[in-house]
Amino acid sequence: MVQLSINGKKVTAEEGEALLKVARREGFVIPTLCYHELLGSSGRCRLCVVEVNDAGKKRVVASCLYPAKENIEVFTDSDEVRLVRRTVLELLLARNPSAELIQHLAKQHGVTEVRYTPDQDKGKCILCNLCVRCCKDIVGVSALGMSGKGPMKKVGPPFDEPSETCIGCGACVVICPTGHIAMEEEKGVRTVWQKKFELAACPKCKRYHLPLFQLEWISKTRNIPVEELMVCEDCR
Amino acid sequence: MALSLKQLDSITSAFNAKEQAYDKIIRVCCGTGCITSGANRVLEGVLTAVEREGLSSKVLVKKTGCHGLCERGPIVTLGNDEILYQSVGKRDVAADVDLLLKTVTEGKVADKLLFRDSARKEKYTSSLDIPFYKGQKRIVLAMNGLINPEEIDDYIAHGGYRAPFRAFQMTPEEIIDWVTKGGLRGRGGGGFLTGRKWSSARAAKGGLKYVLANGDEGDPGAFMDRSLMEGNPHAVIEGMVIGGYTIGAQQGYIYVRDEYPLAVSRLTKAIEQARDYNMLGHDVFGSGFDFDLEIYRGGGAFVCGESTALMSSLEGKSGEPRDKYVHTVEHGLWDKPTNLNNVETWANVPHIINNGLDWYTSIGTKKSTGTKIFSLVGKVNNTGLIEVPMGISLREIIFGLGGGIRGKRQFKAVQTGGPSGGCIPEQHLDMPVDFDSLTSIGSMMGSGGMIVMDERNCMVDVARYFLRFLTEESCGKCVPCREGTRRMHEILDRICKGAGKIEDLMHLEELGKALQWGAICGLGQSAPNPVLSTIRYFSDEYKAHIIEGRCPAGVCKEITTFTIMEEKCTGCMRCAAECPMGAIIGEKKEPQRIDDLRCITCGICYDVCSFDAIKIG
Amino acid sequence: MEINKEKLDEIILKYGRDKAHLLAIFQDVQKEYRYLPKEAVRHICMRLGMPQVDGFEVATFYKSFSLKPRGKHTVHVCLGTACHLKGGADVLLSFMRELKVKTGETTADGAFTLESVNCLGACALAPLVRVDEKDFGKTTVAQSRNIIRDFTDHH
Repeated sequence: MVQLSINGKKVTAEEGEALLKVARREGFVIPTLCYHELLGSSGRCRLCVVEVNDAGKKRVVASCLYPAKENIEVFTDSDEVRLVRRTVLELLLARNPSAELIQHLAKQHGVTEVRYTPDQDKGKCILCNLCVRCCKDIVGVSALGMSGKGPMKKVGPPFDEPSETCIGCGACVVICPTGHIAMEEEKGVRTVWQKKFELAACPKCKRYHLPLFQLEWISKTRNIPVEELMVCEDCR
Repeated sequence: MALSLKQLDSITSAFNAKEQAYDKIIRVCCGTGCITSGANRVLEGVLTAVEREGLSSKVLVKKTGCHGLCERGPIVTLGNDEILYQSVGKRDVAADVDLLLKTVTEGKVADKLLFRDSARKEKYTSSLDIPFYKGQKRIVLAMNGLINPEEIDDYIAHGGYRAPFRAFQMTPEEIIDWVTKGGLRGRGGGGFLTGRKWSSARAAKGGLKYVLANGDEGDPGAFMDRSLMEGNPHAVIEGMVIGGYTIGAQQGYIYVRDEYPLAVSRLTKAIEQARDYNMLGHDVFGSGFDFDLEIYRGGGAFVCGESTALMSSLEGKSGEPRDKYVHTVEHGLWDKPTNLNNVETWANVPHIINNGLDWYTSIGTKKSTGTKIFSLVGKVNNTGLIEVPMGISLREIIFGLGGGIRGKRQFKAVQTGGPSGGCIPEQHLDMPVDFDSLTSIGSMMGSGGMIVMDERNCMVDVARYFLRFLTEESCGKCVPCREGTRRMHEILDRICKGAGKIEDLMHLEELGKALQWGAICGLGQSAPNPVLSTIRYFSDEYKAHIIEGRCPAGVCKEITTFTIMEEKCTGCMRCAAECPMGAIIGEKKEPQRIDDLRCITCGICYDVCSFDAIKIG
Repeated sequence: MEINKEKLDEIILKYGRDKAHLLAIFQDVQKEYRYLPKEAVRHICMRLGMPQVDGFEVATFYKSFSLKPRGKHTVHVCLGTACHLKGGADVLLSFMRELKVKTGETTADGAFTLESVNCLGACALAPLVRVDEKDFGKTTVAQSRNIIRDFTDHH
């Protein structure tokens, strides 16, 4: 265990534990976009920055990744920190003008004006990478990834074509913080990332629930008969 | 079987005896620059002529690495720096080859092939007298241009591969102590103390460790690493063997830009030859230590010069950097302790081991020891690669070695440090060139690009150029860099087009700070430097664009026109002959006129006019 | 696009079926087809046991790879700093005019692909143009036509 201070308050933490976790546990508010408790940190959005004074050496760091160390002083709301956060939010608002979450956070942090021409082609995607990590680490099918570089970077299935491995589970839709990913269901067919999935109708209540492809995949990976999975969760 | 020190000496005597059997040695530079200018044709021509004249037993023709004077290529030297011929075969290969042979057989020096210093209007026979070389201290580059980089015996005969023998007599701690006390700092940009890095890598826990050489020289305007890898690849290998032994790594990788095919082939050959002599592989130099090297080609991404991105690329992934709160010397390639040094840094190591601490620290300044290779390019008279002791002034480099500014123009700025550096104005020309001084004035050493600019270069355009570069080369991982660089570029582009606002300057400075503090890696953190340094030293030029809507240098096309002043034009028609668009109209001996519809505002007419008859508006 | 899977496997085996050599495998395959056919990327990913998205990410991250077919010759106009200061952008524009394509595009007859590149490391010879493996130093706007002609005659 190590002792450190956050905004002057003395706190204890495990050595190496991410500052974000420590600060949140102690009740400090630090905004994040690309961090998720289940998926961990990736340091992309830079909204969680804090200032650290380590033996006189001051620097602005991503709290989701910076490891707790003995005797460091952490400031969650210094001028430098505020400038980085406001800049990130203004830049994101220019990139994703229609994203409600970004509008809300920008307002909360005092960003009242966007000095750039807003993008029209990026939708609500902020490139937090949560959908990609979720598809890989939680679902385990790696149907989504990043492509391109710099301002051309984007998220999608390989070759921007319907993915062979996507099971249509919709986990990416749920985890997306801005609501960028569209998933539609019409007449027993689910469409996500350009791929169409036939939905299974529950033999008991006759309602459509999960894609057949997903049920077959679960059946194969967990060794449960498909017939059992055809019954929806409500009727099970 | 590993070679012994004694065997190295006998290779040396055998090699020297072989060379001494010839009366004369002709060295043809076959670096990338000279090859571009036709060196292969010259080499072929010389070889054929020597054979035809029956001189094969008397004259040895050698192919060497880069001499540094790339602009005057192809370069051919005779004897040991006795005579340097430049631009050989530029116009007529056969004629120049004849002249060369005449020099060899009759001792007749060919006047027209000698180096002319355009600033001093003097001619030089020996390279040792040419100011471009005279002001240099060539240690790392000493063998470039002398040895055949594809022949390991040549390297050995010039003292190569002795350092590992000395190093294996020392303990790793002693070597670290030497490298630290020698003050060797990273030549790739950051200037971090190499010895300290080695010490952390050695101390890091883990059986498997790696040493890497960064040959991903992406800084536009810099080519010293290319020249070293092409001209003296064994020096890099030698340094890495010592580094591997010191930190306890058995495997090393050299990461080379895909844009450098010749460097890749020369290094590949060098590694094979070193393996044949058991200087790489199992039980190297009979020391009981195993060490091998492998080359990885990059994929054309500037960001891969950043240590964590380079390692990600080596793992076969895209080159996204990560935060370095945990250092790569502890968790690097494949999460193992990894020591990464730049190619030039590695090539310094054998010299420290061979010549000792006192010798090394006597070169350079107290805090920046040794020499540094720069690529001096842009608007100077002599462009090319130079190796100079640290602490030399910018003025000495630009006006001494470089021979001053080309033509009748004035010095405006020198850009150092590539896209992470800044533009340095006249007032700082007498400052010593070392890591800390350059940083103190808003630039940096970087890998050693030194780009000289005159009054026909627009500083706002230069800032825009670097931000365009950085926007394209940003990996796109973190928001400040991905979105911030492109927005900075947008603002600069607006200013260059005459649509800027005065508050844009404050906005740029604010965005710059956010990038410095908020971005993940060095690329994003230093991306504002080209902008901030030009605002700092050339704010008048920004204001001319914003307030007056004009580009004083005549570069920014949207707000530039060229007009011919009737009263000054003599009708010599030089501009009309040079204009690529045929946009200059008029009769001979009559004042000319520019057809604005055809004009692409390239400014060639302005640059070639001897009567100052063209006005930038 | 019909791909030769045996040839691909040969390349993959040359690099020991090692994921770390993905860039090298792509480079070799690209040399074979002058671009990276999608089907080849899929096959390589399958053989290396990696998700297709990872192959797609690498193929689109690095500038030297192209998923689009390329021309018989590639013209690289250097826009490094020295080349920029000495008029590299004007040289690029002249190639655009001559070839009637934008950067990154291929001529309709499939003869040339035009690319810009951020420094080829021959700065003393700025502005530099590289066509396939041949370099041209100190190029001018007027020269672009001749350079193209040099390569048009040979195909």
